[in-house]
Amino acid sequence: MTDPQTKATLNSWALAAPALALLVMASIGPLLIVLVYSFMTPGDYSGVERPFTTQAWQQVFLSRDIFDDTLSWADAHLTIFWRSVKLSVLTTAITFLLGLPTAWFIATRPPQRRAMWLFLITIPFWTNLLIRTIAINEIIRSEGLLNQVLGWFGAGPVNLLYTDTAVLIGMAYVYLPMMVLPMYAAIDRFDTRLLEAAYDLFASRWQVLRHVVLPVIRPGIVAGSILVFVPSLGAYVTPRVLGGGKNMMIGNFIELQFGQGQNWPLGAALAVLLLIAVALALAVYVRALAGAERNG
Amino acid sequence: MNEATTVLVEGASKQFGRGPNAILALDDVSLSIEGGSFFTLLGPSGCGKTTLLRLLAGFETPTRGRILLGQDDVTALPPNRRPINTVFQSYALFPHLSVARNVGFGLKMLGRPAGQIAERVARMLSLVRMESFADRLVAQLSGGQQQRVALARALAPEPRVLLLDEPLSALDLKLRKEMQVELKRLQRETGITFVFVTHDQEEALTMSDRIAVMSAGRVQQIGSPRDIYARPANRFVAGFIGESNFLPADIQGKIARLGNAEVRLDRDEPQGRVILAIRPEEVRLGDAITARVVETIYLGNALQVMAELPDGSPIVLRLPAAQAVPLPGTRIGLDLPGPAIQVLEAD
Repeated sequence: MTDPQTKATLNSWALAAPALALLVMASIGPLLIVLVYSFMTPGDYSGVERPFTTQAWQQVFLSRDIFDDTLSWADAHLTIFWRSVKLSVLTTAITFLLGLPTAWFIATRPPQRRAMWLFLITIPFWTNLLIRTIAINEIIRSEGLLNQVLGWFGAGPVNLLYTDTAVLIGMAYVYLPMMVLPMYAAIDRFDTRLLEAAYDLFASRWQVLRHVVLPVIRPGIVAGSILVFVPSLGAYVTPRVLGGGKNMMIGNFIELQFGQGQNWPLGAALAVLLLIAVALALAVYVRALAGAERNG
Repeated sequence: MNEATTVLVEGASKQFGRGPNAILALDDVSLSIEGGSFFTLLGPSGCGKTTLLRLLAGFETPTRGRILLGQDDVTALPPNRRPINTVFQSYALFPHLSVARNVGFGLKMLGRPAGQIAERVARMLSLVRMESFADRLVAQLSGGQQQRVALARALAPEPRVLLLDEPLSALDLKLRKEMQVELKRLQRETGITFVFVTHDQEEALTMSDRIAVMSAGRVQQIGSPRDIYARPANRFVAGFIGESNFLPADIQGKIARLGNAEVRLDRDEPQGRVILAIRPEEVRLGDAITARVVETIYLGNALQVMAELPDGSPIVLRLPAAQAVPLPGTRIGLDLPGPAIQVLEAD
């Protein structure tokens, strides 16, 4: 007969089994498949074949000259990587700068009004992302609304469409609610009496913001930044519609390998690399914030 | 520590809102707080004491009137430019900072060098006996410890005036008594002018050099605890500070008439209809006036007797516990000693 302790352990494993099974099937399993694919050879038309090779990983960083077989840095790949990181960081920064006053405004309304404002913030989610992005395309294109309005004032026209700026505008618009909502939750819990305490202790308005408000609502800022930065880095629809064919981000480039490029191993290697980049960026970000807090 | 600063409030009024819904929280208040003293604003909630404190701190600006710190008019200065710090009722300690960083916050905002801040923080923490807690977070402290940190934080920048907004109200009775003594000691040691807000009359009497009793946005009386207790200026003060009997009477010459009974005052007072105020412990057994006993309550160290005078007005007296217990319904003779009687205007 099993003793009660062992039985309890077995029971708890049995209870956790469905969750573990789901985790393996939905999360760890697909990741492992992608990792394995990245070490295989591209199939003739698509898919992967043996033998196992590190060729795809070399292609990520190095490109082979088609005439003389010399290796050089894969500049095009690095440019796409750099653009992805740059646009994601900028998107996070812009949504933070716009989101903080918005979240503060909502959190300081009377309680019955807050629900209405939060409701308004979530309205864009009612429409498909692709439709919303095409709408932005309509606004900023050469003959679009923006240039019409600028024209009335004798300014413009500005050619925004198919530039990094267009992608940035689109991503900031799409991800702004993701920044506002967690920051709202943090500010809602903020004890506004701390503002008076800091103000009483000779802090200027700027110092109150920097030394009291921002550190206290830090969990909301971290959550919002992660919710904006991570999907930005892998964004696909927005750069496709607003960036056009040449201002690709890594998400589009990965799609290209699985589609027209017919190079699944390279796509898989890029996907793994993206995952590692996100994990590293988050680790650095969270540690930097913790450090900033320690130094007051 | 620093030269004591007199605080002058000149005709300060504060109105919240406009039109018919406007609330006059403070109605033409003038007072002078002597430098280096422990001054208390005492009154029930809604009397305007907290509004006055917020005017002193700079969180509100007066609708009319001025506030002077020594010679300087500070009426228009924001809180971060007044040499005044506050201990908040809720303490309002910064949850993301250690105890030491909380205490050093004010000096840091003033841009003092780190070495000087560290030195000052250590001094302040030892002053409130919290040296061993310097690296703790605020959430790890008890209410009494948070109270001490809040005090140290407000004292660290060496304010010319320290404001305390009901700082003891969240503490249990025993801790409150300890902190009363502690606050008094701190005030003496630092020599800083303390302005203390409370609704607790006992707290006010134990700690203050001077008390301003407030009601309905106005100052009712300013004086030493002894003045306020023994010579209340009006019925509100007499009723709010300690217990008092209020007896309608008629003064003719130096005699007060209560129905058929006469009480000798032996001094000149306004003539005609008045209210006599007398503390329960000042009422003696005697033969000046008879009363019918309604109820007797044994208090341990005293005997409280509720009685009724011939004209129907209730009177409470406190007798030594050794006294024989008068039974309800019996009649007793009372004496109201003239010097213990305070003559107030009739309503």
